[in-house]
Amino acid sequence: MKKKKCIAMLLAGGQGTRLYALTSRVAKPAVSFGAKYRIIDFPLSNCANSNIDTVGVLTQYQPLILNEYIGNGEPWDLDRSYGGVHTLPPYQAKKGGEWYKGTANAIYQNLHFLNEFDSEHVLILSGDHIYKMDYSKMLAEHVANDADCTIAVIDVPAEEASRFGILDFDADKRILSFEEKPKKPKSNHASMGIYIFKKEVLVNELVADEKDPKSSNDFGKNIIPTLLAKKMNVFAYGFQGYWKDVGTVTSLWEANMDLLGENPLINLNDPNFKIYSRNRPLPPSHIGAGGKVLNSIMTTGCEVEGTVINSVLGEGVTIEEGALVKNSVVMRGTIIRKGARLNYAMIDENCDIGENCLLGDETSNKNSITLVGGGVTLKKGTALKAGQIVEREE
Amino acid sequence: MKIMGIVFSNIHDKELGELAAKRTLASVPFGGRYRLVDFPLSNMVNSGISKVGIVTKLNYQSLMDHVGSGKHWDLARKNGGLMILPPFGEEMHSLYNSRFEALKNIVHFLKRSEEDYVVMSDCDCVCNADFSEIVRYHMDRHADITVVYRNKNISEGKERTVLTLDKNERVTDVTVSDKLFGARSVYTNICVMNRRFLLNILENSAEHGYKSFSKDVLGKGCKNWHICGYEHKGYFATIDSMANYYKHSIELLDKKNRESLFHNGGANIYTKVRDSAPCRIEDTSLVQNSLIADGCVIEGTVINSILFRGVKVAKGAIVKNSVVFQESEISQGSKLNCVIADKQVRILENRELSGHETHPYYIAKNVVI
Repeated sequence: MKKKKCIAMLLAGGQGTRLYALTSRVAKPAVSFGAKYRIIDFPLSNCANSNIDTVGVLTQYQPLILNEYIGNGEPWDLDRSYGGVHTLPPYQAKKGGEWYKGTANAIYQNLHFLNEFDSEHVLILSGDHIYKMDYSKMLAEHVANDADCTIAVIDVPAEEASRFGILDFDADKRILSFEEKPKKPKSNHASMGIYIFKKEVLVNELVADEKDPKSSNDFGKNIIPTLLAKKMNVFAYGFQGYWKDVGTVTSLWEANMDLLGENPLINLNDPNFKIYSRNRPLPPSHIGAGGKVLNSIMTTGCEVEGTVINSVLGEGVTIEEGALVKNSVVMRGTIIRKGARLNYAMIDENCDIGENCLLGDETSNKNSITLVGGGVTLKKGTALKAGQIVEREE
Repeated sequence: MKIMGIVFSNIHDKELGELAAKRTLASVPFGGRYRLVDFPLSNMVNSGISKVGIVTKLNYQSLMDHVGSGKHWDLARKNGGLMILPPFGEEMHSLYNSRFEALKNIVHFLKRSEEDYVVMSDCDCVCNADFSEIVRYHMDRHADITVVYRNKNISEGKERTVLTLDKNERVTDVTVSDKLFGARSVYTNICVMNRRFLLNILENSAEHGYKSFSKDVLGKGCKNWHICGYEHKGYFATIDSMANYYKHSIELLDKKNRESLFHNGGANIYTKVRDSAPCRIEDTSLVQNSLIADGCVIEGTVINSILFRGVKVAKGAIVKNSVVFQESEISQGSKLNCVIADKQVRILENRELSGHETHPYYIAKNVVI
């Protein structure tokens, strides 16, 4: 078989504990976003738009919905006879088997996959961010620099820099130093957690890292610092554009709100860079004679008889008459019954919010989102305070 | 019980006028995100049929673009799947003019198949029906042909096939006429036959002088064969004129009709996926009793209308009682009432266009007004 130039490994095993009820039953990359998407649609669509046709998706935590969602990869054009999308869960082998210990270990346990395709380069991605990026441009720079490793970098506000891996590089973009979450950041150049390695370099480093019992087998903590210590060719690739971590309830809510307004911060309507997703076959949304929708987005199959302001409605959401949904995110299949009022709430899939329920109040804000986990039924008249979290018992 | 499907993409093209001037009836957009062919295809797939032939005649590029390999209907199959059946014949041989001639064109396809039953449907049959139930009925009755009909009140003088049925639902008489009014049993152009029986009719058609399916096969056949009727009781729209196209489109604003057409017992209607972004409804908008597809951006007023994917309605524009196809744009200050705007139409600023419910104003594809 002809060698692939670059394949992608997508780390999708994270639990996303700071999303609380939203990730009780699904892995973070499978969390709903922006009415019709799941977070993983972004890296997968980026691959499809960057001519990367082979993607290994490393799953671990609650993989069921994620596996079902990815399926054969058809929505992202990743149903290929040679290449395509492959889910790679931890497995049992002759000499035992183990869970993925860290990001680097997850790739290490799948070296056979890298060797099978034997590409020249390997792109490492995570399923935690909302962004549109053409990886082929990064690959071109990586090849032009003859880099061993290229790290995508974005400038973040100085006051937030200590939350990221911070890099320092010279005029040629050669990386001089890397610090994971530094107390006193040297710069505001943050690592996006997107790496391209020469395949040989990656394999050697992963094998060496695995032998080090003190290593926590993590790209940010171990692999990158080792490369720099060895003075290997590590370059930065500057990215400008929208990039948002959606690892917390507030940031996920903010990213949803970034889709609203006349000029949304991230444009999902670009015919040359579509974001693909797997969707149910539903008819267009109907806004009823008594319905009122302002500054909101919604996708197919919604039935709106109530009022929706500054909100995001997923597939097949029903808003009954007299209900008010404000500053909220309502995910697929949920019904908001008559007279219920939502302010700064996020409601996961397939919930039933009973008549006259009150979710959130006047004091609610983006830091006190009322959160309802998937499949919850709230009885008539239930009141949930700002910041309260409810999930299905089991 | 193995069933195959035949969909006629071109029958009745002419009756739709400009809507089907440059496309097959099958690829006429309907219901905010569908094409007419989606309904028979989805019904077949939902009934467990995995082999469907689409009979084409003219202008079927848009149809091929829409159906592609058939994967959106789960019809990209190793065995069977979707097959486009273009006209077949000698050079200089004229194209077929009736359903019966079209069927004679696909005798080879029918011969090569091994399914026991054939379900045939036109594309102007907008409904959500379980064909496997009809085939079971056909088997139980040991019928030669089972025709699906509706009991309806005829008020317009259009040519229709009207059935007379006895109390056992056996068809005793068939009349093709434009002069019958009042409560009648009207044939829907959906029928079930044993494949061998159909082949037999086609192969012996010359001797019997068969030219038309309704007039000859059904009309003469009901005396000799066992032709059964099956009443379709759910939502059904026959898209056979511009006025009816408009009427049935606007009908979808009624939830009862949407439930029956799009959610009948969990049977979904499939269509080509376009990956448009969710629709965005702005602060300056007013949207009432309308169907809005993905990709729309609405800043103006939309009332009692259907907007297909990617339609833009600018601030101050008013769209009322209208059907606007994919990627059309209505600019600031323009007013539309009872308009059908085809794909990629651009209505510039401050235009006023109005039709009437029985005579909607139609704007052709790509036109700038």
